[in-house]
Amino acid sequence: MTNVPKPPPSSEITPEAAWADRRRFLKNSVLFAATAAGVGGGLVWLTGGARGRGQGPRAATTPGAGGELGALRPSPYSTDEPMSTYAQATTYNNFYELGLDKGDPSRLAGTLKPRPWTVEIGGEVRRPQTVDIDTLLRWFPLEERVYRMRCVEGWSMVIPWDGFPLASLLGRVEPTSAARYVAFTSLLDPAQLPGQRSGVLAWPYVEGLRLDEAMHPLAILAVGLFGRPLPGQNGAPLRLVVPWKYGFKGVKSIVKITLTRDQPPTTWSIAGPEEYGFYANVNPAVDHPRWSQATERRIGEVKRRPTLPFNGYAEQVAGLYAGMDLSRNF
Amino acid sequence: MTAAPRAAGRRSWLKPAVFAGALVPLAALLVRAARGTLGANPIAEALNELGLTALVLLVASLACTPAREVLGWTWAIGLRRMLGLFAFFYASLHFATYIGLDQGLRLAAVFADVTKRKFIFVGFAAFVLLAPLAATSTAASVQRLGFVRWKRLHRLAYVAAILGVVHFFLRVKKDVSEPAVYATVLALLLAARVYVGLRDRQPRAPIATSSRARPAP
Repeated sequence: MTNVPKPPPSSEITPEAAWADRRRFLKNSVLFAATAAGVGGGLVWLTGGARGRGQGPRAATTPGAGGELGALRPSPYSTDEPMSTYAQATTYNNFYELGLDKGDPSRLAGTLKPRPWTVEIGGEVRRPQTVDIDTLLRWFPLEERVYRMRCVEGWSMVIPWDGFPLASLLGRVEPTSAARYVAFTSLLDPAQLPGQRSGVLAWPYVEGLRLDEAMHPLAILAVGLFGRPLPGQNGAPLRLVVPWKYGFKGVKSIVKITLTRDQPPTTWSIAGPEEYGFYANVNPAVDHPRWSQATERRIGEVKRRPTLPFNGYAEQVAGLYAGMDLSRNF
Repeated sequence: MTAAPRAAGRRSWLKPAVFAGALVPLAALLVRAARGTLGANPIAEALNELGLTALVLLVASLACTPAREVLGWTWAIGLRRMLGLFAFFYASLHFATYIGLDQGLRLAAVFADVTKRKFIFVGFAAFVLLAPLAATSTAASVQRLGFVRWKRLHRLAYVAAILGVVHFFLRVKKDVSEPAVYATVLALLLAARVYVGLRDRQPRAPIATSSRARPAP
């Protein structure tokens, strides 16, 4: 066609005011979107996103990572309560050496190298020695102990630990008659445990038990959970589990065990002597100064459940504390 | 102040944008709750995030007046009421989550907590203080109360924010670095108010006196 396109009728020409309106509308839309995204993103970052707080489980912590531990003896000390999941037990951790938020340790545990690893056992013992972790693992048959774990913060899990009685190890090194306490020392190495670069607690993390507590059959040294070697965030390669006490007594990544005459210092009782005692037995009747210990939330449940004296192990351990004022010796 | 209406017209996108942005934390929380990605202890996570969002928004609302007085950002004052109301909104959700989900509506336990525990009491007091401020946030309330009395009442926002920061300090087990950040920001905002108050006492500053006399919308 040779027709020149007809100019549009004047009725179709955008009035200048409308054109300016549309320009302004577009500009304002962009400003609106940018500001809303900035405000929203900033709020989320400040209240949840900063430091990766609240992130979901990490793929590398799903079962299957690492070898299996082999045959595990069942134990009459295990509870038959429903267990927490592997993901819960390995992504919701307090291990300040690997970060302060619950999700930090599982994300940052890659720096912790559980091999080679030696444990120095000494103090008031007849046979002090420094032993390689793999040698130590061959000394005792591994048992599965399904224990309740009650955190001092008011939550709990049920975890199948794999380990051996602490009493077995202590028997092997033969405590002297002067030994009255057992002191545990965690790894001190800011390269492997970057959280130790912050001064939030005094490093290394130290814990302790009275010798009779340490000899109690419920007290174990764990090297695994769910039949797999301990992941870094759970205290690889060797940690203490004392199920009738608050979780912070369960010192992780142990490098030194020392039998002593005097009560050893413990990290949390140094950090907050009014809030955390040496004994730290689970006790619904003795509140934390800032919150009640009467109830707990089992991870995965909505409704809180009552906390039991000695975390439900009163029948086995209450005798250790006969005659003691538990509200003073908290 | 003829600048204010003109500025408001020029920035017609600002308030809706901040409104939308302030809803993002709630939306993000709901999405993560629905997808089950709030971590192993979702109730604690939601509780923490809602409470912290309330505190951030409250501090932001307190930054509006200093932003105008010290930095000359007149537009900031137009956001003050909305930020304050959002702070109250998130504080209400935080409190409701604590009662409904964390404590499972066991009101006796809540009552015991509030009366016995400094940590809970301080947070509860901050929330209670915000309620009358939210209720008197309208222009009609400013008229009814008179600007001087209204302003005096709304200084409680500072008390609520200080209590909120104390609540935060009491909540952490050991690491106080994050609450310390909010304490510092709050102290700087208070210092800015003192500075402005002293500056405006000088008779030679006509700009400052006119801006000070203007009631907030």
